[in-house]
Amino acid sequence: MNSWIVTHLWLVPAEPFAASLAILSVSNTRRKSAAALAVAGQIIALALSVVAFVSTLQTHGFRAVQNFTWFTFGDQTLRLGFVLDPLAAAMLVMITVVGLCIFVFSVGYMAEDKNFTRFFAYLSFFSGAMLGLVIANSLLLVFIFWELVGLASYLLIGFWIERPSAAAAAKKAFITTRIGDMGFFLGVLWLYDRAGTLLFYDNGRGCLEGAGLAMLGASATFVALLIFCGAVGKSGQFPLHVWLPDAMEGPTPVSALIHAATMVAAGVFLVARVYPLFSLGAISGVTSSLTVVVWIGVTTALMAALIAIAQADIKRILAYSTVSQLGLMMVSLGVGGVAAGIMHLLAHGFFKALLFLGAGSVIHGCHGEQDIRKMGGLRRFMPVTFMTYAVGMMALSGMPFFFCGGWTKEEILHATAHWPPSHVPYYLILVGVVLTALYMTRQIIYVFFGNPRVAAERAHESPRIMTMPLIVLAFGAILLSAVLTPAWPWLHGYLTGEPTYFDVARLIQPMLFVSLALVSAGVGVGFWIYRKAGTQDGGRPAEVDPLEYAQPALFRFLANKMWIDELYARTVISFSWMAARLSDWMDRYFWDGLVRGFGAIGQLFGIFTTSVDERGINAGVDETTAGARGLGRVMSTAHSGQIQTYLGAIAIGMLALLLLYAWLA
Amino acid sequence: MVGVITTIVLLPLIGAIAVCLWPQSNGRPIALIFNATSAVCALGLWRNFDTTAAGLQFVERHAWIPAIGAEYLVGIDGLSLLLVLLTSLIIPFAFLAQPAPDGRAFYATMLVMQSALYGTFTAQNFILWFLFYEMSLIPAFLLIKIWGGQNRDRAATKFFLYTFLGSVAMLLSFLGIYLARGTFDFAALAGFGKSGLLTGKLAWLTFAGIFVGLAVKVPLFPFHTWLPDTYQTAPTGVSMVLTGVLSKMGVYGFVRLLLPLFPNEIKVIGPWLLALAICSIVFAPLAALAQRDLKRMIAYLSINHLGYCMFALFAVAASPVVAVRIDTHAALSGVFMQIFNHGITAATLFYFAGLLEQRRGLRGIDDFGGLMQRTPLLCGWMSVAMFSSLGLPGLNGFIGEFLIFKGAFAITGLFTAIAVIGLLVTAVVFVRAMQSLFSGPLAESCSVFPDLLRGEKFVVVPVTLLMFAIGIAPQFIFNIFNTTVVQMARLFA
Amino acid sequence: MTPTLQIFLIVSAALFSTGLLAALSRRHAIFILIGIEMMLAAANLNFIAFWRFGPPHQPPTGVMIALFSIAIAAAEAAVGLAMVIAVYRHYHTTNVDQLDQLRG
Repeated sequence: MNSWIVTHLWLVPAEPFAASLAILSVSNTRRKSAAALAVAGQIIALALSVVAFVSTLQTHGFRAVQNFTWFTFGDQTLRLGFVLDPLAAAMLVMITVVGLCIFVFSVGYMAEDKNFTRFFAYLSFFSGAMLGLVIANSLLLVFIFWELVGLASYLLIGFWIERPSAAAAAKKAFITTRIGDMGFFLGVLWLYDRAGTLLFYDNGRGCLEGAGLAMLGASATFVALLIFCGAVGKSGQFPLHVWLPDAMEGPTPVSALIHAATMVAAGVFLVARVYPLFSLGAISGVTSSLTVVVWIGVTTALMAALIAIAQADIKRILAYSTVSQLGLMMVSLGVGGVAAGIMHLLAHGFFKALLFLGAGSVIHGCHGEQDIRKMGGLRRFMPVTFMTYAVGMMALSGMPFFFCGGWTKEEILHATAHWPPSHVPYYLILVGVVLTALYMTRQIIYVFFGNPRVAAERAHESPRIMTMPLIVLAFGAILLSAVLTPAWPWLHGYLTGEPTYFDVARLIQPMLFVSLALVSAGVGVGFWIYRKAGTQDGGRPAEVDPLEYAQPALFRFLANKMWIDELYARTVISFSWMAARLSDWMDRYFWDGLVRGFGAIGQLFGIFTTSVDERGINAGVDETTAGARGLGRVMSTAHSGQIQTYLGAIAIGMLALLLLYAWLA
Repeated sequence: MVGVITTIVLLPLIGAIAVCLWPQSNGRPIALIFNATSAVCALGLWRNFDTTAAGLQFVERHAWIPAIGAEYLVGIDGLSLLLVLLTSLIIPFAFLAQPAPDGRAFYATMLVMQSALYGTFTAQNFILWFLFYEMSLIPAFLLIKIWGGQNRDRAATKFFLYTFLGSVAMLLSFLGIYLARGTFDFAALAGFGKSGLLTGKLAWLTFAGIFVGLAVKVPLFPFHTWLPDTYQTAPTGVSMVLTGVLSKMGVYGFVRLLLPLFPNEIKVIGPWLLALAICSIVFAPLAALAQRDLKRMIAYLSINHLGYCMFALFAVAASPVVAVRIDTHAALSGVFMQIFNHGITAATLFYFAGLLEQRRGLRGIDDFGGLMQRTPLLCGWMSVAMFSSLGLPGLNGFIGEFLIFKGAFAITGLFTAIAVIGLLVTAVVFVRAMQSLFSGPLAESCSVFPDLLRGEKFVVVPVTLLMFAIGIAPQFIFNIFNTTVVQMARLFA
Repeated sequence: MTPTLQIFLIVSAALFSTGLLAALSRRHAIFILIGIEMMLAAANLNFIAFWRFGPPHQPPTGVMIALFSIAIAAAEAAVGLAMVIAVYRHYHTTNVDQLDQLRG
């Protein structure tokens, strides 16, 4: 069983791919079979993932690879492979579990959509690519699946293709992530050049193993940073984060699966996967590449949390929250807490999917309305959604004990606090924790508390097919906390390969109280600020946010996403347009002008030679021929056609010759 | 298999005569029959080709004009076979493109061009090669001039003068070489290359002549300005052949002639050549971004894609650093792969542009909108071609580009880093085109479009499957030219 | 009176002159042909005469040439007459004054 799953690991991504292909080939009126195919593919993938997961439990630090030759060029070979280790297995299980919930949810959510089958084809395709990404044992294979998930994301963001905004968002996402991917691509090339292989693990010859790493030397920093470019693009890190909030144009299950739980976490996963490159030559856990990771992560975490406070769209708030959380994970990886970062990734996958699906349920209940200022009081109409959403909110805010996000956040704080170079990231993250609790409280108050506003008046609870996944994910988010507690850090041990033992004393740590205090402060402040949200308050109109009333300029700055989109539009985008027009102009007028200039010189020469020809040579020939013709005309009069005249002439001629002869003789 | 190459070269010519004699006015069926026959012969070549043997195979050698060193010498190695297969694939594909002109003359002319292409890719003696090379030019000129769209006279004249002047420069150079060395045989000339074919100014003059001739054909920046006009104006089928096969004649010439003959000269001006290739890679997609005409846009992207080929070739041949074997092999394999892939992909893109033009009567990017709602199949298959062209992994374009970049990176890291911009801009061009063609509300003018018709599906599906096949399991293509790559790499080592 | 060369030459010259006169003055094509035949006969007479009064014991070349000439003249007359008939059929005349198609 153990070796079987290793050699057949490719089956895990193959199932959803096959499902996707099958769905594309059936008619788009056969909705039921499409949904059944997609869910079945996902269930098989889940089952295989669980088998893989179980087989990694047998030994500590389990790692098995299955490498194969992709192709031979010249006399060289390019090899790819799949790897099964705790990191891959944990990701497999998380993706398939969350994916299955979202697939089931989508059956209800997309029930009305006319392109229902296409949706499930894309979703299955994405799932396959994502599963392939996490088990890839080659940076090239990671890149391949990386691009494929990017494609799936592009297709799904632009799924409602008749909306221009969706198409624009899809385009933005594809291009922005591709900017990062180009850096990633260069990183792949550089690594291939230096290490001579792209396989991560290859019985000691892989690029993440001793010999391969040794060959990298000083270039490891650059390779790592280039690979990080890709992670920045995909995981929505500053300065390439702009696409992720716009990606919320896609259907909500897509946001849940791709832009919250799985794909955007791929950047974090990638950094964790190639962590030996980042940490090569580390002095007390610090390298320049990891320092860059930390600062980018901190900037992103704080900036996104600030922006989230001022957003009104329920999905955009969650999107910025995702950006912020991904920044947090990056920080964790950067300061050396790889296990903590991955654990937060896994936990985040569950609770963020839960939150997005909850948001989807809310939007479904409110007939497509996404503005939280138009909701309110939904807790009465949508009790299941409210309960599960509250669980997600608690987990995201990082409430300790029963919610998985709490433990992982605490561990990240713990790791960051002891980062040697600087304590600034630690304090900034503490601010981020407060802000996270604050904006989630704001959101939940606007949506579920108070009196129903415009969109909430005819709200209804979603059908069972949509609430069931919510309940499953909520339980998952709570149960996951059991394997994350510091008292029994099973998952930590599983990921790092260290033995774990039970010790209640570790539960109570100073960091727990710091965390608890900050989260409580955030929630408390949130409740205090928004206690009268959506109602008239001291002359403030109902639709104006209390914060906006207090600090209009700052609020507008945040609500407009710190004007970063506008900044890019003015600089990068207009610059590339100018470059495009300039290239076109150069082509049409400069280069082609040069050619036409040469042509004109040729033409001038042609005119000159023509005149020489016409006036000089040709005219001379004409004159000569005219003269010859005239002479001929004169001469021809002698030819009368009278044969006897000729005969006479001959006779006279002969006579003359005779006389001449006689005279000479 | 004796004489099979001659058969392949002659079959389209016979086909051209047959088309002219055909009683019905539409020559397409008979042309397709001849295409199929030569394709079968080409497949026969492939089947009997020994992929492990170095050097030329199926050689046919006959004395022709001994006084000037001309002989009938044809044969194929991996590269030639690849291009023969590509030609056999693209020409029938082009015949099936819409809108197809009626009449026999069009098909006869195309068949003549096909024969010339086969000849170019198999001839191993300069005189013979040049004969075929020029023989392809005249049908191309006629095809643009007679069946072209707007501004066809201007475009045809430009095309003809550009390529003809290039050819003249090349011919003069080769005469110079012949006078100095007394042979036109490629293999023999390549033998002289290492030690310096010619010396002094003459070497540079001949180098410049051949370089210009081939650079125009590829085309390499800044000799490319004929291409957008020509591709835009030419009928769809002709554009497909021009970009799919004719442009490969230039790359083929570089591989077969310039690089083996002038290794020392190329090393001297290597950085400048690399800079030209980079200009092709970066400026062409930028210019494509500014185009509104679909065909013109694809034409500019063609310049970009062939720029990658030139880039890798120059990197291998021009670098003062002696490249590691894996990098040389990667770059050369990448070039060959890219030649084949670009042939298929660009031709497919032109095919789709033709389908859209046929349905709408116009082909500006802004003339369409929301097609996805009306013609999902057409959009889906066209997207595949576009993603293939922008180098998405899993499709054919990626393999070649990855190997090219892999090989070039080790040799010239900085230039490679700049070249990556080209990949990015290409993606922007395609994504923007997809946005304005496929998405948004359905445009009024597109509301009665038929989706892919049965006949069109028969054309599109096999080609797209081929793209997937090469993208996922490319070994069968590599097998064709791996031995040739090893052999050529030795030349540059 | 013994025959001498002079007598033959005089007869021959007379014959030639008569023939020439006929060829130049007659307008009918057949008469012109007859004139030409007379000039030929004069030439033949000269050949034979010069042979007869030449050095003795010579091969009979003069006679031979005369015989050839007669044969050719016969052929020529046949062709000439045929052409005259053909011309007559075409132009309905044998008057050479009217047959001036070759006039320049």
